[in-house]
Amino acid sequence: MEFKLPENDLTLMLPEIFLFIWALWVFTFDLLTRRKKESAVGYMAMAGLLITGGILAVTGGGCGFGTMFFNDATAIFFKMIFLGAAFMAIGSSFGITKQKIVNHRGEFFGLMLLSTVGMMFLSSSNELLSLYIGLELTTIPLFILAAFFKDDKLSVEAGIKYFVIGAFSSALLLYGLSFLYGLSGSTELVQLKINMAVINLHLEQIGLILVLAIVLVVAGIGFKLALPPFHQWAPDVYEGSPTPVAAFLSVGSKAAGLVAFAKIFVNGLFVFYGPEAAPADWGKLVGFVAVLAMVIGNVVAIRQSNIKRMLAYSSIAQAGYIMIGMVSMNEHGMASVAYYIFAYMFANMGAFAAVAIFEDKTGSCQIESYRGLSRTSPLLAISLALFLLSLAGIPPLAGFLAKYKVFAAAIAMATQNPSYNWLYWLVGVGLLTAVFSLFYYANVIKQMFFWSEDSPYRIRFSPPALAVILIGVVGILLFGIVPEPILKFAAEVYASFGIVPF
Amino acid sequence: MAVGDVGIVFWILSVAIIVSACMVVSLRNIFHCALALILCLFAVAGIFILLGAEFLAAAQVLIYVGAVAILMIFAIMLTSNLAAKKITQTNENALVGLLVCVFFTLVGWVLLKKTYEGIWSHLELARPLPSDNILTLGKYLMTQYALPFEVVSILLLAAMIGAIVLARKENA
Repeated sequence: MEFKLPENDLTLMLPEIFLFIWALWVFTFDLLTRRKKESAVGYMAMAGLLITGGILAVTGGGCGFGTMFFNDATAIFFKMIFLGAAFMAIGSSFGITKQKIVNHRGEFFGLMLLSTVGMMFLSSSNELLSLYIGLELTTIPLFILAAFFKDDKLSVEAGIKYFVIGAFSSALLLYGLSFLYGLSGSTELVQLKINMAVINLHLEQIGLILVLAIVLVVAGIGFKLALPPFHQWAPDVYEGSPTPVAAFLSVGSKAAGLVAFAKIFVNGLFVFYGPEAAPADWGKLVGFVAVLAMVIGNVVAIRQSNIKRMLAYSSIAQAGYIMIGMVSMNEHGMASVAYYIFAYMFANMGAFAAVAIFEDKTGSCQIESYRGLSRTSPLLAISLALFLLSLAGIPPLAGFLAKYKVFAAAIAMATQNPSYNWLYWLVGVGLLTAVFSLFYYANVIKQMFFWSEDSPYRIRFSPPALAVILIGVVGILLFGIVPEPILKFAAEVYASFGIVPF
Repeated sequence: MAVGDVGIVFWILSVAIIVSACMVVSLRNIFHCALALILCLFAVAGIFILLGAEFLAAAQVLIYVGAVAILMIFAIMLTSNLAAKKITQTNENALVGLLVCVFFTLVGWVLLKKTYEGIWSHLELARPLPSDNILTLGKYLMTQYALPFEVVSILLLAAMIGAIVLARKENA
């Protein structure tokens, strides 16, 4: 056996290394200033994310450390999303750090940065072990962040629930990955793909264990993505945890789970997609999960009276729509997933930021308390309405194009190849449930705009909160109307997955 | 060692694992449960040694027996009166839990048997581990897998900071 360091170029890892060191600096800065400066730590963390984004823009693509760190279009695209989500989450948490988290501001922001570092490592990895460790580095700081209001019962409950579910799902994922490793003899995804193609010949003998491995990995990542039937934790955790953390969970951690899913399934287990791989065809399994997600998410969201719970169910449904793109394995599929998560980031982070700003002022998350808000705080009402409409998929906002792209990819796949006509069903359910979703999104808008009395609350924005809201609004409008640059980038994401066209 | 001896050791360890695992979930005194858990974990380490995975056995003893189980015992002893209390370990879901266990045991058994007969017995993977597998593992950690190894230290740092934040008493 030969032992040597893989081919490496650590300059490609600069964004991650910088952000890690910056997180340490944020911890220390908070101690050095003796926690007296209220917002300085937050601005420090935001500056760090901006600089990291700058470094990311100038570092090129290529091999940073064997297959464990490889900067391709997918990695860079998703790193942008992680940095953006972290930036918006930190921007919307100035209210709670001022009021509730007085003693641990540095730790709050620092842990958020460390979680982002984990996501960035994850999106660069093409190897099972580093993928798993990246996923753990993403979630472990989030367990702590979810329980950050230590004297609030709901927050502690959220933290414990997320911790138990997270540990359980990690175990499932690891068990599934160990089967994949045992079957293929390699943790590197490229090698895994090749070995799996060979194993495909023995499908009769190993079919069962492969099915078990696939089910375990889908369950493990399904928990992280809050895909039904593994979704029950999401509403409780989102409701209890600090709102910016819930936002980061629903976008950052979800995007991280999607990358892991895409790497393992689209990249590694590509040969087991499609009817010829029955019974180990993961496409239909994931399609079924997507249907459950869209139906359960959208139907249960209608009954919610707490806006954070409603957004939690809505994000469960959104994950279902994203999965339609994931199982459409043509040149539009992965690109539509990338564009969807990009549009979803702006809309969902924006919506949660608006909820966070409202909560800082009023302490309430009930949808009823938004009544008549359009007359007292028109900016908040209009921007929240825009975010919700984008989530519902109303043109010309970015969410519309995202849904369109996902459905178009599925239909193109189904028409190209008749054996994938189950994708029509997915699109049908998607369209139908999208109508349902309008109902609960519009309900919030109705409460804000069509209520006879004025709201008793007058919301004032702090500068970072205003920036976050504006970024969100500009994002959904700009990329809804001029989507070409992002679509072009998203097409490169597709290219970086070595999918063989049918 | 002859094959027969290994077989006897395997059976002794297996019986020890199953009996002690059942004791963990059925005894009425939580302190005794913890002791049974230690026995169970030790026996699992023995199985690892039988398979030639010395590193796993050492890690099992160090981490599970040495750290986790001892920590549990400390927690039990430091919690007032917990060691003397009689507890019930079952609730209305006990039967369901048992059924799930039986189901997964059967599934696992069928799967492993089928897969082994089908493909693993022909593959390179089925060979026993090399005798210097700890050396190999260490070399891999410092070469090919150096990056994940380093990232784990970031992860531990995050967990440590988080534990301090959550456990610290607020003086405000």
